[in-house]
Amino acid sequence: MARQGVLVEPYHRLKLEQVEQLHRASLAILTDPGVICFNRQAAEVFGDHGADVLSINPGGAPCWLLKIPGTVITDAVQSAPKVVKLGARDENNCLILDGHEPRVRFASGSEANNWLDMDMEAFVSKRSPDTEVEFPVFKVEKGTVDRLARAACLCEHLDSWDSFLRTVNIQDDDITDDNKDVNKFFTSLNNTTKHVMSGLTELSQLSNVVRMAQTIAGGEDRLRENPIISFITCIVKSPLQLVDDTTQKAIEIARSGIPLVISSSPQGGSTAPIGEDGMVAQVNAEILVGIALTQLINKGTPVLYGSVPSRARMDDLCDTYGVPEFSQYNVDCVQMARYYGLPCYSTGGVSDVKVPGIQASVERLFSHILVALAGPQYIHYAFGLLERTNTFCPVQAVLDDAHIDMVKRFVRQPIVTADRISESLKQIRSVMGTPDKLYILFVRRALRSGEITLPYPFEGKDMVDEALFRAQNRMDEILSLPPSHIDKQVVDRVFQEVPGLLTRLRN
Amino acid sequence: MAEDILALIKENVIQGRVTRDDEGFDEGLVGQAGVSELAKEALAQGVSSQDIIKLGLSEGMDIVGQKFEAKKYYLPDMLASAKAVGAVMEILEPYLTRSNIKPKGKIIMATVKGDFHDIGKNIVSILLRGAGYMVKDLGNDIDPQVIVAAVREEKPQFLGLSALLTSTMLRMKDTIQALTEGGVRDKVKVIIGGVGTSEEFAQSIGADGYGADGFQAVRVVDKLNTSRKD
Repeated sequence: MARQGVLVEPYHRLKLEQVEQLHRASLAILTDPGVICFNRQAAEVFGDHGADVLSINPGGAPCWLLKIPGTVITDAVQSAPKVVKLGARDENNCLILDGHEPRVRFASGSEANNWLDMDMEAFVSKRSPDTEVEFPVFKVEKGTVDRLARAACLCEHLDSWDSFLRTVNIQDDDITDDNKDVNKFFTSLNNTTKHVMSGLTELSQLSNVVRMAQTIAGGEDRLRENPIISFITCIVKSPLQLVDDTTQKAIEIARSGIPLVISSSPQGGSTAPIGEDGMVAQVNAEILVGIALTQLINKGTPVLYGSVPSRARMDDLCDTYGVPEFSQYNVDCVQMARYYGLPCYSTGGVSDVKVPGIQASVERLFSHILVALAGPQYIHYAFGLLERTNTFCPVQAVLDDAHIDMVKRFVRQPIVTADRISESLKQIRSVMGTPDKLYILFVRRALRSGEITLPYPFEGKDMVDEALFRAQNRMDEILSLPPSHIDKQVVDRVFQEVPGLLTRLRN
Repeated sequence: MAEDILALIKENVIQGRVTRDDEGFDEGLVGQAGVSELAKEALAQGVSSQDIIKLGLSEGMDIVGQKFEAKKYYLPDMLASAKAVGAVMEILEPYLTRSNIKPKGKIIMATVKGDFHDIGKNIVSILLRGAGYMVKDLGNDIDPQVIVAAVREEKPQFLGLSALLTSTMLRMKDTIQALTEGGVRDKVKVIIGGVGTSEEFAQSIGADGYGADGFQAVRVVDKLNTSRKD
């Protein structure tokens, strides 16, 4: 049994002809101007498979221009699995991502530096001193191991949250580049039984992280059957440059057989064209070259098409996620992934503002709804992100859970069948024969089955918006629940086998 | 034996099942007797109508109320139970008359002249029946004089007036005026409700009570009923 997500009737922003035009444009980009590659191994692999490889920085850092024929890309992409399983400590929480099936799951994301705490404080009206109101006040804290654990615990108990991507960058004093990966993965895995996905800080830690996952999953074979972790690699620095470090990580992860996301995040207006066509052609080319590399390294590597296109603000050139173009770029990329039959790791649910509120809700809902309607298999960034992707706010994540529950209901496929119509006709005839002519008693079955949506869970009763206050109460309730820790004996083995784990993380 | 059938009536009030064809809150009850069949069976066994009301209906509705307060039941569940109680009260009516037992109170319900909206009125009627009141529903778009005539003839203790539209809620005032002119205003307590109405509006037109929703309507009627008896 796997988490089902929501099956949608996909919204097609692009016509098939336009998808094919963009596909051809992406292939054309990969031959002219081609891709600048800073990783020797990748340059050699592409060269061995028919790309023109030209050294372009004599005397400087090793660097090559790759002009990759379209057939090299399409043949390699063809060998990528169309169905990828993301396992989980509790296998009922695993995700089966089928590139041809528009079944959507929602996950967190980013590795935000900031954690935003909220508290309710009482304020007295200057005009009428007897009037006191509670108002939220916010405090920015840095990401820590403990806060990452709390976010994972929220993920465990919030039903719309299908998979855990590390939410905050752990910046404790005892965390170094060398022990960050093992502690980040352990903390996540030890606090949620859902799938855990993260980037890799240090390539040297890959083997330790994989060993930890094997121990927790029950061995090497079990991890292969139930990959409880996966990696995100952003190998391209837009525009069209394969970075040495992340490309090497992607190569090694592909060899390990652990699922990985090849993500690209160009910014429309600065590192990619701002127009929809140019942006999508470029980001698609960047993702395709990465996916092709994984397949040339290890044919059949489970890989997700990771599209994270954003747009530049025109006042400070930072990313903006609240503008309609962001959702449009992402919807287009979902269609491109489906064209190749690849599971799509898409993006939605971020807002530009620093605190929860009206702007945060409006901006994130634009992309939550529109991108979900397109039918990607996995939407990351969907929980708790504010200030673009710099801040994770747990109260916002609780609000997002409620909103995504509604989004899932909103985008689900209609259920219209002969049986259902026949049942409804029976109902109509029955009600018309009663004096009060009310259908309300027929609601009970749908109510119990969860088919119908209940009122907004954080609705206030009086003339005050209580959503934040109520969401915080819900968060406190969840965080007081017993944690879903890994079995103690398994933890002991992990601590024996994996160096670098902080002893304070032992249960 | 009597205890068994009263327990079944209580359980089926909680489940909100009128007949054996009804679903309940729990699965798998279709085909088992509902409150109508059980009440008839109880009367045939010689169980008194007072016991059916007290030990079956009232105890069942108390639990339904608790479940609603605890948010385990939603309004449709509450209405299903109230309907079940109303159905039994209808069966018991001749027995109560014969035994000279009076119902909790009698109430006439109507949507006022010019207004055809009756969902709210119908829900309030179901809840009032479920609370043990005898309800006579005149329907919607009811002329003030028809209401005056009904009050004169039925001699209810309460009159419930409903209106959805801001234009027709003013007809409530006309109806109360007609009761005064007809010499029956002091014979009946008038409770109003409907989307545009409010406590202030109720007071401004001389009504005796206001219900913001069905549950408040029942509470207001109960309160007026108690003070009437005091």
